[in-house]
Amino acid sequence: MLRLFRSGKPVEVRPIQNPKSKIQNRLLLAAEHITKRFPGVVALRDVGLDLGQGEVLAVIGENGAGKSTLMKILAGVQPPDAGAILLDGEEVVITSPRHAADLGIALIHQELNLLPNLSVGANIFLGREPQRAGWMQQRQIFADSEKILARVGLDFSPNLLVQRLSIGHRQLVEIARALSAEARVLIMDEPTSSLSTGEAEVLFGVIDDLRGRGVSIIYVSHRLREVETLADRVVVLRDGENAGELARDQITHDAMVQRMVGRDVSQFYVRTPHEVGAEVLAVQDLISPAWPDHPLTFSLRAGEIVGVAGLVGAGRTELLRVLFGIDRALGGRIAVGGEAVTLKSPRDAIAAGLALVPEDRKQQGLVLDLAVRQNLTLAGVWRHRLAGGWLNRKQEAEDTARMIDTLAIKTPTETQAVRLLSGGNQQKVVLGKWLSLKPRILLMDEPTRGIDIGAKQEIYRMMETLARDGIAILFVSSELEEILGMSDRVLVMHDGYITGELARDALSEEAVMHLATGRVDDFGF
Amino acid sequence: MKKILGITGLLVAVFVFTAALEPNFLTAYNLQNTLRWTALFGIISIGAAFVIITGGIDLSTGSVVGLIGVLLPMLLVGQGWSIPLALAAVVVVSLILGLLHGVLVTKVNLQPFVVTLCGLLFYRGIARWITGDATQGFGTAFEGFRQLAIGRIPLTDSFGVPMPFVVLVVLAVLAGLFLNYTVWGRYMMALGHNEEAARFSGINTDRMVILAYVIGTVTAGIGGVLFALDVNSVQPAVHGNFYELYAIAAAVLGGCSLRGGEGSILGVVIGAAVLRVLYNAINILGIPTQLEFAIIGAVILLGVMADELVKRFVVARSAAREVV
Repeated sequence: MLRLFRSGKPVEVRPIQNPKSKIQNRLLLAAEHITKRFPGVVALRDVGLDLGQGEVLAVIGENGAGKSTLMKILAGVQPPDAGAILLDGEEVVITSPRHAADLGIALIHQELNLLPNLSVGANIFLGREPQRAGWMQQRQIFADSEKILARVGLDFSPNLLVQRLSIGHRQLVEIARALSAEARVLIMDEPTSSLSTGEAEVLFGVIDDLRGRGVSIIYVSHRLREVETLADRVVVLRDGENAGELARDQITHDAMVQRMVGRDVSQFYVRTPHEVGAEVLAVQDLISPAWPDHPLTFSLRAGEIVGVAGLVGAGRTELLRVLFGIDRALGGRIAVGGEAVTLKSPRDAIAAGLALVPEDRKQQGLVLDLAVRQNLTLAGVWRHRLAGGWLNRKQEAEDTARMIDTLAIKTPTETQAVRLLSGGNQQKVVLGKWLSLKPRILLMDEPTRGIDIGAKQEIYRMMETLARDGIAILFVSSELEEILGMSDRVLVMHDGYITGELARDALSEEAVMHLATGRVDDFGF
Repeated sequence: MKKILGITGLLVAVFVFTAALEPNFLTAYNLQNTLRWTALFGIISIGAAFVIITGGIDLSTGSVVGLIGVLLPMLLVGQGWSIPLALAAVVVVSLILGLLHGVLVTKVNLQPFVVTLCGLLFYRGIARWITGDATQGFGTAFEGFRQLAIGRIPLTDSFGVPMPFVVLVVLAVLAGLFLNYTVWGRYMMALGHNEEAARFSGINTDRMVILAYVIGTVTAGIGGVLFALDVNSVQPAVHGNFYELYAIAAAVLGGCSLRGGEGSILGVVIGAAVLRVLYNAINILGIPTQLEFAIIGAVILLGVMADELVKRFVVARSAAREVV
């Protein structure tokens, strides 16, 4: 691993005593009455926020609350349908990310935006290369990059290729790039979602330092602990609307959750105790190609909902992929209902009675341009096959109608392209695709990612109903509340290992996080 | 249906325009000929469409036409094989070529463009080598068999439906039924749009892609047989040159997206008709034939641009309607 710090030793991350910047809290950027619509959903409705100079403003909200959309609008990635953006008190129409950068607004993307095959220096100056008569000034790029890297606490050579950097370092390089373009406003969208605890703390140090220099930061996160320590002020979005604002002294975990969810959390997850049946899935020393040295052993019983918690990159999705036959297991045994099975493809897994609601709904779960009906029957259409392979269209239509009815899928017609449905209804189509096959084991990867709060609750209710009907559910989630609220039992993963198993009565946020992060001195620097 | 409206309009426009300028266009002989060539190209375009629908491309079509075109007379005349045996042999050869393409694309994970480009070069070379570049033909024998390409079903004294058109109709109906009314057709459309989601739904996507390439080369092989019977003098170096581009052009004109997942068989057939009518118009109107490619290129470009603009308009309108 590369050395992270100039001296080779960790920088002291000061506990932030008085986060208010010394610099005058002058209004720098304001968004007023922003509205943005997408086909089938209003992403933002009359939303506003303002940002002072040298302020760290946290924007929080559930998935689908409109945070990312608002940030994209501020950074010129998408235009708003209505509303105004004011910079230094003057209205600006931001036409492109490039234009936003010229105005001093930089978005640090959720998906990092660096070119891995180019050097760090080349990335920092991409599109703004210092040149003389068309010749790139390599030496100047090198020198300037080195200086700017130092500002974010990095001391490696700007000639290093980005592909050799860890995710955490890449994030810091992105910030360095923004700083070199003299950004006054840094928008960070879930910056810690792929960082280890140690890397995140370095980032917090850099953010604090930047604030001291008068750089304003909009910090989008659903990690409330981070927000509590970092933010000067919090703006809460819910279902695409403003749902309150918290000043520094009002920022508490409970206050934030209450505004985000808009109702009492305890009533959000409805679980009623019911009998758990026989073991339907037994996994013994299973080895996924991603973690060849980490055998996994666990089991699942009928009617049980088991959550898989862990940080991004802990090996949770990889586990589901192996269980569903997408990746071949390197070793170990899988038994479904007591019978050993070999899963070489999703076909095998489906035949064994498994189903997967995948992580990336739009890419892996649905064929977006096809109709609701064709998507609903995509996995089960072979059962509608008449002699010679002809489709039984009548039966297909009946099944579709029943599924739309059962899952309360909101669509004008069953021939509507799935692309035009809202995220929640799309997810119901994915679920419906499997339910007609009557699976014994339902695997779900981030089942409520990017869907609105009402649809979330519907998904939870369906999970509960399915479990009651005896289906075993194994679901991966990065939302701790969801894990705590829905699980009968929780498997916690870290670094490809199952680091612990928590029964419902032993569940707590602290217990899960402790297992999910491993021990702090595991972070190798 | 909406999709083929534009291309049908284009066909009618070129047709009416040419007929108005040059009445000879409407003679029975000319129409019959145009119909025959439309059929020959339509057949290979259907195969190209299947490959394109799965998100691939087949550049080998013309060379397969060339290879089959020399193989058939060699087997019949040179080796003295019977007609059914020779036909079976060339169909098996084209089937194996498609199988090879499909396996290389799916199992070895090579890019379709590369695989079929190599096919284009390889089969052409083989065709020239096994014949020593000597022109192949059926001579005056096999007049009965050649009726499959040059014959017609007379309707009036001067006009009849060319036999290749009958073959085209049969193939097009089969292809259309397959694509729209069978499970496999559904799978092909789905994986053309989103291969990963299809695989995650338990579809054996590799097998469907291989099948598409097999359909591609088998229709090229059938086309190769008919083209050879039609011309009766097959020059190994040039027979079928550029036909893959005509086939791809017809498929694209007919509504296939090179991104995959879209296309209708009827559209593709009409696309092939547009190309042939255009070609005929250039000849019959006395436009310098040197301009042939330029005109065809321009018309395809305009057609595709118009299609894209219409699509954008439709999307914008439906988005506007969505607004709550």
